[in-house]
Amino acid sequence: MNKQNKGPLVHIVKRAALPWYGSWGIRALAILLALVACALVTTVTTGENPIAVYAAMIDGAFGTVRKTWITFQNVAILLCISLAVTPAFRMRFWNIGAEGQTLIGCLATASCMILLADKVPNWLLICVMVVAAIVAGAVWGMIPAIFKAKWNTNETLFTLMMNYVATQLVAFFVIYWEVPKGAGKIGIINQSSELGWLPQLGNKYLLSIVVVAIVTVLMYLYLNYSKHGYEIAVVGESERTARYVGIKVEKVIVRTMVVSGAVCGLAGLLLVGGINHTVTTTIVGGRGFTAVMVSWLAKFNPIFMVFTSLLLVFLERGAGEIATDFGLNHSFGDILTGIILFFIIGCEFFINYKISFRKAAGKEE
Amino acid sequence: MDNKTPAVRMRNITKTFGPVVANDKVWLDIYRGEILALLGENGSGKTTLMNMLSGIYFPDEGEISIDGKEVVIRSPKDAFDLGIGMIHQHFKLVDVLTAAENIVLGLNEPGRLDLEKVAERVRGICQAYGFEVDPYQKIYDMSVSQKQTVEIIKVLYRGADILILDEPTAVLTPQETDKLFAVLRNMRDDGKAIVIITHKLHEVEDLSDRVAVLRHGQFIGDMPTKTTNAQEMTNMMVGHAVTLNIDRPEPVNPKPRIEVKNLTVRSIDGVLKLDDVSFTANSGEILGIAGISGCGQKELLEAIAGLQPVESGSISYIEDNGEKEELIGKDPLAIADMGVSLSFVPEDRLGMGLVANMDLADNMMLRSFRRGKGFFTDRKSPRKLAQEVVADLEVKTPSIATPVRRLSGGNVQKVLVGREIASAPTVLLTAYAVRGLDINSSYTIYDLINRQKQAGVAVIYVGEDLDVLLELADRILVLCGGKVSGIVEGRGAQKRDVGMMMTRLGGKNADE
Repeated sequence: MNKQNKGPLVHIVKRAALPWYGSWGIRALAILLALVACALVTTVTTGENPIAVYAAMIDGAFGTVRKTWITFQNVAILLCISLAVTPAFRMRFWNIGAEGQTLIGCLATASCMILLADKVPNWLLICVMVVAAIVAGAVWGMIPAIFKAKWNTNETLFTLMMNYVATQLVAFFVIYWEVPKGAGKIGIINQSSELGWLPQLGNKYLLSIVVVAIVTVLMYLYLNYSKHGYEIAVVGESERTARYVGIKVEKVIVRTMVVSGAVCGLAGLLLVGGINHTVTTTIVGGRGFTAVMVSWLAKFNPIFMVFTSLLLVFLERGAGEIATDFGLNHSFGDILTGIILFFIIGCEFFINYKISFRKAAGKEE
Repeated sequence: MDNKTPAVRMRNITKTFGPVVANDKVWLDIYRGEILALLGENGSGKTTLMNMLSGIYFPDEGEISIDGKEVVIRSPKDAFDLGIGMIHQHFKLVDVLTAAENIVLGLNEPGRLDLEKVAERVRGICQAYGFEVDPYQKIYDMSVSQKQTVEIIKVLYRGADILILDEPTAVLTPQETDKLFAVLRNMRDDGKAIVIITHKLHEVEDLSDRVAVLRHGQFIGDMPTKTTNAQEMTNMMVGHAVTLNIDRPEPVNPKPRIEVKNLTVRSIDGVLKLDDVSFTANSGEILGIAGISGCGQKELLEAIAGLQPVESGSISYIEDNGEKEELIGKDPLAIADMGVSLSFVPEDRLGMGLVANMDLADNMMLRSFRRGKGFFTDRKSPRKLAQEVVADLEVKTPSIATPVRRLSGGNVQKVLVGREIASAPTVLLTAYAVRGLDINSSYTIYDLINRQKQAGVAVIYVGEDLDVLLELADRILVLCGGKVSGIVEGRGAQKRDVGMMMTRLGGKNADE
């Protein structure tokens, strides 16, 4: 009757849990839309054929056997660091210091390689490297955790600042150990003797991939089935509940950050001992921060992280390829990456909420 | 009734949330100069209905008329413009601002903000209805009842003449409740329409002129309060006849179990919370703890449970053979390791007793996850326990894999109590075990507690509803400002006397 009787035009309603095919359908749609948006941007701004651009991206990541191996090796390192930050994130401890924790692991590995190369047998050197890298990462993670547990300092700032400390330490040692004098860099360590280089499995890429695959499974079990994992979840959800059932919150915070830092240290070991055989201040290359995104995108699930880290590495390598193939600025690849991530992250809104529009007027019974 | 035009006329109001029908073709009339009590169990749709009136939700179907004119309420602002104001259960005040500042917050009055004038008007409102509030007092300095007063004034200041109060007495002492009721009666006599949502039937009988009952989202009926009684209202709410008496079986072979001596506790800020408290709790007995909220009840229970650092005094656990063990200085884990089976149902169910985002089975694990030697947890037995609790206590849940935050208040409490009594405790501490629960759930909880008592458990029951404490507890310890004001026998205790002891040590000189 009354034409005024209208509700608001748009309503945002929280959804009950969607079935799995619903949420994955939305995600697939988001990626499809992202590709369409990217195609439009590509055509309008560069005049290139978007299909060719996409083909180049795939080519950049998987075009040759070697490229494919490198892609997976990069995935392994990114995944390893992402796995490292995940226990802390599940505990709502915002560890954004993975960059520094990994870097300090790199430094520990490199110093063993430099200082102990001629003094101990190679097998012992490698054992010492493994221990040193893991302990160094663990200590770097433990320091902010102790301050958080004892004096409730802000872990986000603290872990962030520890990154700069690690960078400066590496900068100092790079000059201290520079080869040749005045070069300002260390160069390949033990290039002729290959002392302290991690052994190869088949080819030079496979070792990191296998190690990280094992870490992924272990981390999944640790978080979901162990007593520690349960304590981490309880502390993350509610410290008061944790205290109420007698969980020692301070102990869990420190222990979890030790685990988090240790896995970062392991990533550092793989980077220096297995892949680069040198150390620079930029060796981690921002992966400590990208890992935050990998972990969040996968909702802190180690198995999903395999896919999210693959996605991010693929986008990064594809972006590099189109930059060279089409003579475009490298920033163009970043624009496409940004668009795709925007759609993927944005679609979470539609998974959690439903938008209902007002029913057409006059349709009431 | 009659041919008076209702202030609010709601017709055929329907609201659904996904598959849940919260309101199903509800009719409701609200008149000026009348206090309407809206009754119904948890989840019967009372708050949803009122939220639609105050513009928080929009109905899927149905009409609302104000003073005979059909209206559309799209937002809280629309509601205010129509003179509708709602006082929510959880206050929405800014702590660091004063009462007057909170009251004008969000009001876009033209011209410069003149707090003097605001304070003047606030005082005027206070005088007209008998409120006591200092417009310049900061919110963080206020008691719960003062905060509530500010909320009510905030609504009146905006010119509301249709007031909705959602469970206003849940946080008040009997004395504060009386004061609130006096104010509400003044407002009614001034011609305002008042709706009060409550669970407490004696308050309904005391205050309201008319009662409307909802059940499962449907309107069951309304009648003048004079022509009905608690039994009839309960039956309408629940849908079948219910007995309203709380059982109080005789204590079973009472022996001292927990002995508290000269217990003194300070909060982190150094405020004295418990001052020289001494008492004994016996096995097979319910010791009720009465007191105005914030008088040390929380600290007392948490001190016994090993969660609260203690300044001085002792808390001993007495074994069946008379052996005493000190509990102070031990955390919950150490107490459990001593072989003392102590269960604690805390006040903050979802923030302390349970993990809101975890499902039922994972919440069952909170107490048991350390069992077994290995590195991994046993997930089977908590799942089994969750199924047992769901079946035994009739928990309404889609499955045991549902996060507990999705359950209604009564079901959350059943899950918590179910887990706590599953470990066969010898001491059971409960804090406000039935707060916010409807009649059916409350009686289920009383029944569970009584069964524990009969099994020989020493129950310490902190309650806020004196009527319930007087019917349920064998002995009542009254706290006043952190001190023991007195311990009385539950049988034969007078509500008036206990109420006096709550506000004055020993309850003496109360009449003069």
